[in-house]
Amino acid sequence: LNILACVKQTIDTAATVSVEDGKISGGESPLVLNPWDEFAVEEALRTKEAQGGQVTVLSLGPQDAKEALKQALAMGCDAAILVTDPAFEGTDSLATSKAIAGAVNKMGEIDLVFFGRTTVDYDTGVTPSQVARRLGWPSLSLVAAVVELDPAGKSITVERMLEDGRQVVRSRLPAVVSVVKEINEPRYPSFMGIRKASRMEIPEWSAADIGLTEVPAAVLGWPDVFAPPKVETHCEIIEGGSPAEIASKMVDRLVEEKVL
Amino acid sequence: MAADVLVYIDHLTGIASPASWEAVGVGAQLAKAAGGKAIAVVLGEGVEALAQLAIRYGADEALLADSPALKDFTPERYAGVLSGLVKEAGPDVVLFTTSGRTRELAGMIAVDLETGIIPDIVAYEVKDGAVLTTRPIYAGKLMAKVVIPERRPQLLTIRTRAFPMPAEDASRSGEVRRVDVPDVEALSEVVGYKEAGGGVSLTDAGIIVSGGRGVSNNPKLSPPANVTDAKEQEIWRAQQGFALIGELAQVLGAAVGASRAAVDSGYIPYAHQVGQTGRVVSPDLYVACGISGAIQHLAGMRTSKTIVAINKDPDAPIFKLARFGVVGDLFDIVPALTEAFRKKLA
Repeated sequence: LNILACVKQTIDTAATVSVEDGKISGGESPLVLNPWDEFAVEEALRTKEAQGGQVTVLSLGPQDAKEALKQALAMGCDAAILVTDPAFEGTDSLATSKAIAGAVNKMGEIDLVFFGRTTVDYDTGVTPSQVARRLGWPSLSLVAAVVELDPAGKSITVERMLEDGRQVVRSRLPAVVSVVKEINEPRYPSFMGIRKASRMEIPEWSAADIGLTEVPAAVLGWPDVFAPPKVETHCEIIEGGSPAEIASKMVDRLVEEKVL
Repeated sequence: MAADVLVYIDHLTGIASPASWEAVGVGAQLAKAAGGKAIAVVLGEGVEALAQLAIRYGADEALLADSPALKDFTPERYAGVLSGLVKEAGPDVVLFTTSGRTRELAGMIAVDLETGIIPDIVAYEVKDGAVLTTRPIYAGKLMAKVVIPERRPQLLTIRTRAFPMPAEDASRSGEVRRVDVPDVEALSEVVGYKEAGGGVSLTDAGIIVSGGRGVSNNPKLSPPANVTDAKEQEIWRAQQGFALIGELAQVLGAAVGASRAAVDSGYIPYAHQVGQTGRVVSPDLYVACGISGAIQHLAGMRTSKTIVAINKDPDAPIFKLARFGVVGDLFDIVPALTEAFRKKLA
C-alpha cells in the first residue's frame, strides 16, 4: 500500500497563546506536530505494518514545518515532503486543499491519505473533506476504527464516530481518512528513529511543482484577532461542618443565583 | 434571491440536533436584516416533519429533498444534492450547525462553489454587506473576527448553544417545496449504525459533570481480590469514582465529561473528553470534580456560564475560573451533592 499522512505544525496545546501587533505567539513554547495528526501518522504506520507498503508524510507550511515532518519520520515514516512556497502565506483551506490534492496527484498511485480530524490552531476541520472532494475520492471522516482493509479488493470499512452515533461505512480505495483520538495510541519516536530522521533529506515542492500555476487568493478575511475578555470570577468557597452541609449550601447558592 | 439565507437542518436518521433550531433562529434574523427569506433545507428519507418543524422555529419556507437515496448520510451524495440546491437558490448565506458531519459537508460545498467556509462561529454582525463573524481559535485562547468579503454564498457553521433557541410556534405556516433529487453517486455505503454510547451529548448538554485524574484517588476503597495488577486497581478505583459522578449527572439530567488526564489514564472513553483535543463545551453549569484545570482543559470549558469546582488542592487553577468552589474530597462531596439535588429537585 502506498500511504500518505498529511500533517501540520502547530503551537503546543500547553502554551499560553497571545497576540501582539496582530501576530499570534505561543511564547517560549515549542512548535509541535498537531496532536490530532499524531493519530493519523500512527494509523498510517500501523496500516503499513499490517499490510506492507510505505508511508510518506506531507506538510504544507514554512521551512520550520520540517521539524514536524522530522517528528513523523522519527515515528517511522519512510519519506517526507514539504510543500512550501511564499505564495501559500496567508492562504486558507480552499487553496490548501487544492495544493494537497495537487501533491497527491503528483505522487501518483496513492491508496490511502490520512489526516487528523482537525488542527488545534484554527480548528476548521474542513481540509480532509475538501481534499477528498478535489480528488474525487471517498471522504471517510472522524474514523475511530478501521474495521477491514482489503488492498486486493480495493476496499475499506471503517467506523465513524459522529456526535450522535456511530456509522459503519464501506468504500473503495483510494480514499481520504480523517481520524479521531480513539483510533489508536501514537508511539513515541525511538532514539534510532530520531537519529535516522535527523539525517534524512526532505524534498521541497513549490506551487509550480504541484501544478498550481496560480495560488488562489484567500477567500476569508481576518480583520482582527484578540484575546477574549478576561472573566474576573471571584470564587466563592463553600464551607461547612459536614459534606451534607456543604452540599446543601451549594445547592441553595446555585438556586439563589438562578443557575438552576 | 441574493438576500435569502439557507439553513441546513442537520440530522442523523431523522433526529435533528437541537442546534438546528438555533441555526434557524440565526437564519431568520439574518434574512430579516437583509430583506430576504430564511429557507430551511432538509435532506433525507421520510423527513418532511423536520421541514415543518423548521418553519415552526422561524423558517419562512423549506426545501425538502426526500428520497430513499438519502436515507443514510453519505457525504458525497448529500454534498452533491445540497450544492445543486444552493446553486439554484443563490442565497447570500448558507448556515449549518457545527458537527463533524456538517464540517465535512460544508467543506465540500465550499469546494463545489469555490467559496469560503467559516466554521464554529459564536457571534456575528452584518457589516459592509457581509457577515462579520467571531470565532474561537486555539480552543478559545484567542478570538478571531472572520469574514468572507467577496465570495458568495457565505458558508457559516454556528456553535451549539452560542445563539438563542427560538420558541416553537405551531401557528406559523410556510410552504414546504419538494425538490427533485438528482442521481448523485455515493462514494461510500453505510453498512450499519452503533449507539453513541447512551447518555446526554456533551455539546448539547445544559449541565455537565466532569471528572479528572482525582477520581481514582479514593483511599477508602479496596479493590476486589481478583484485581491485583496496580494499573487495573487504579482503573477499578476510577470507575467507582466515575460511578459517583454518573449518579450526580443523572439527578441533574447532565452529561458526563472528563479531563484528558482521566481519558489518557484509561478511566473513561474518549467520547467524554472535554478540552482542546476533546469537545469544546459551554453549558449553563459545569461541575469539575477532581480536575486541577490544565490549560488544555480550561480551553474546552471556559465559556460555561457557571463553573463549580471540587478539588482537594486549594491552589488548583480550576478555582480561578470557578464561581463556586469546595476544597475537599470529591468522594465525600459528590454523593452529598447528589443527595442534596435529589431532595431539591424532587
